[in-house]
Amino acid sequence: MLTWLSLLFLALFALAAFLLGRGRALKAAGGASVRLHSLPNYYGAYAALWAGAPAALLLLLGAVFGGRLEEAVLQAERPAAVSALTPDRQDVFFSDARAIAAKEAPSEVAYEGELKTALDAKVAESRKITAIVRYSTIGLASLVALIGVLLALPRVGLEFRARNRVEGWINGLLIACSVAAVLTTLGIVLSLVWESWRFFQSVNPLSFLFGTEWSPQIAMRADQVASSGAFGAVPLFAGTFLIMLIAMLVAAPVGLYSAIYLSEYASRGMRSTIKPLLEILAGVPTVVYGFFAALTVGPLFRAGFNAIGAVLIGGPLDGVGQYLMEVQNQMALVAGVVMGIMLIPFVSSLSDDIINAVPQSLRDGSYAMGATKSETVKRVILPAALPGIMAAMLLAVSRAVGETMIVTMAAGLQAKLTVNPLDTVTTVTVQIVTLLTGDQEFDSPKTLSAFGLGLTLFVVTLALNIIALRIVQKYREQYD
Amino acid sequence: MTVTNPNALALVQGHAMPTQNRDGGVAAPVIHTAVPQGHGVVETRDFKIRARDVNVFYGDKQALFDVALDIPAKSVTAFIGPSGCGKSTFLRCINRMNDTIPSARVQGAIEIDGADVNAKSVDPVVLRSRVGMVFQKPNPFPKTIFENVAYGPKIHGIATRKDELEAIVESSLKKAGLWNEVADRLHQPGTGLSGGQQQRLVIARAIAVSPEVILMDEPCSALDPIATAKIEELIDELRSQFCIVIVTHSMAQAARVSQKTAFFHLGKLVESGPTEEMFTNPRDSRTQDYITGRFG
Repeated sequence: MLTWLSLLFLALFALAAFLLGRGRALKAAGGASVRLHSLPNYYGAYAALWAGAPAALLLLLGAVFGGRLEEAVLQAERPAAVSALTPDRQDVFFSDARAIAAKEAPSEVAYEGELKTALDAKVAESRKITAIVRYSTIGLASLVALIGVLLALPRVGLEFRARNRVEGWINGLLIACSVAAVLTTLGIVLSLVWESWRFFQSVNPLSFLFGTEWSPQIAMRADQVASSGAFGAVPLFAGTFLIMLIAMLVAAPVGLYSAIYLSEYASRGMRSTIKPLLEILAGVPTVVYGFFAALTVGPLFRAGFNAIGAVLIGGPLDGVGQYLMEVQNQMALVAGVVMGIMLIPFVSSLSDDIINAVPQSLRDGSYAMGATKSETVKRVILPAALPGIMAAMLLAVSRAVGETMIVTMAAGLQAKLTVNPLDTVTTVTVQIVTLLTGDQEFDSPKTLSAFGLGLTLFVVTLALNIIALRIVQKYREQYD
Repeated sequence: MTVTNPNALALVQGHAMPTQNRDGGVAAPVIHTAVPQGHGVVETRDFKIRARDVNVFYGDKQALFDVALDIPAKSVTAFIGPSGCGKSTFLRCINRMNDTIPSARVQGAIEIDGADVNAKSVDPVVLRSRVGMVFQKPNPFPKTIFENVAYGPKIHGIATRKDELEAIVESSLKKAGLWNEVADRLHQPGTGLSGGQQQRLVIARAIAVSPEVILMDEPCSALDPIATAKIEELIDELRSQFCIVIVTHSMAQAARVSQKTAFFHLGKLVESGPTEEMFTNPRDSRTQDYITGRFG
């Protein structure tokens, strides 16, 4: 609250600095702003930036790191009664002290005797520290703002290049924004690598990458009846690629043919109707596809296979019939087909763009040779667009590999090493979800294995994306 | 205006003289008529293409108005005129390339050897195998040089065996004057050639299906003067076998390569006649203004 209020005051102060800077520049020019190097507003903006920006940054840093600072100071000195507690209980003690100081609800732990005295002391101390941090931040910010204005205003004059300075600030802001995105990505990658490294200290990377058994359950206590835990990721990647393959078998032909229809055959009216409809399909959340797969497609497929099985039973294909009768709702085929449907608009819209990018002159050349539309498509347009279409397919593959919701709901959870599309399989993403949802401790190989899987998946999709982008680049150069 | 074409000179010097062509045979005399104000001898059997009352619309906009023109066989006819005058539009009517533009509408009669190209019974695909076309910008397919030339024969089933195809590719490339430059790299991409070579490749691709007519839409406008000279030389050689129609912005080029010239202005055919006559003694003041560089 106080921070917001001080930010508001700072904004008013910056506005005043703006007016002062502008007025000073105009005064220096004797009212004729053409004599100034920059437009008058730039002088105002220059003063306002120096008044507002550093101080605002300081307030922001105070809001973000003030809490950390308070915590560190508060925990620096621990009374004997507190030190006697287990580390977990110590954490609870300190968080309770801060909660009471901030007038928030503490935990339900009861404190008595020495602990109670210590708690009261810490509460008082916490309040004191909070006040000091808060007011010193505001005081410092005011000082910085004042110094900023005092530095900026005297420089405002006829020859001063205010525009260049202000543009420098804007340039810096733009750089900061792009760096933020890069740093975030870097942070994610580093945390993946770090946690994976911890995981690979307890599990051999080779047995992780090439092991064929996946059962991440580990005995928590010595007397528990549970497996010792096996972290062979092969069944997960096999499941992922099986589903991806089924999805691409659906999405690649349907998406490509619809792109060819849209770009080469459809009339303008047809195209302007179908294309937005396909794009709506692309906007359906995957969780919707997920329950569509689990509640509609799954039972439908099972009923279909059971019916076929019923016919086959007793005949020469009795074994197959028996098997088909036992097929369940959850199978790789259902997840793959629904995922393929999800990818159709993705493939078709990308391929459509790529086919449209084939120069009209090539079409004209082919038609002028007396080629029919289908000959032109087969022999000129598709070969010319092939690298781009390949790239679109690879992008679709990397989406299929990373897709989670549909497989979670429709493919099952059992890690099986199989190529049978009617079997339940599980994928890398599904395992990550099940490993990390719910209450988990973060130092067992079971949870850490999620990071190992994540890192491997990241490397795979990154490689696919890089290859796809390379192909697209090469293809662009071909016509330019 | 210097005229380098011996035929054009011969025509100026008076009568239609039989001219020796490169095969050593005697080419039929080429006789020109001006339509509609025709004077001189009209001998229709020498005209490959006859157009009457051709109107073309792009949506609501009319691009051509009542064009009537006769195009002689085995000679080069040039269309000249300022940009947007309709000369390319008329050219594209001859092989029905305007069909590929949804908003285009063509009225009137265009006959090749007496048969209307716009008749319902005419399949544009078959028509275009008889009427080849070369575009402003070289547009080789992103395939090998060999595949580019073999494209037409393959899709029309003219040749299926490899040796037949090879023979056609070789003779087409030779006719297009490109064989010596590409013989050792037939299986490299056609897009890797220079602009002028690409344009000759495209001409080789067009003549590989032995068309009767070759339409050229400003074939040299994207080329340098040396490549242009080569293409013009090639056009002059091909004249003995094909009826060639060329759209050009360069009046010097029209004078150099063509025997007949048609001047278009604002969608109307203003004047047509023997090239030399057009350039020395135009009948219409607009033609006069255009060829003397007063507008356009």
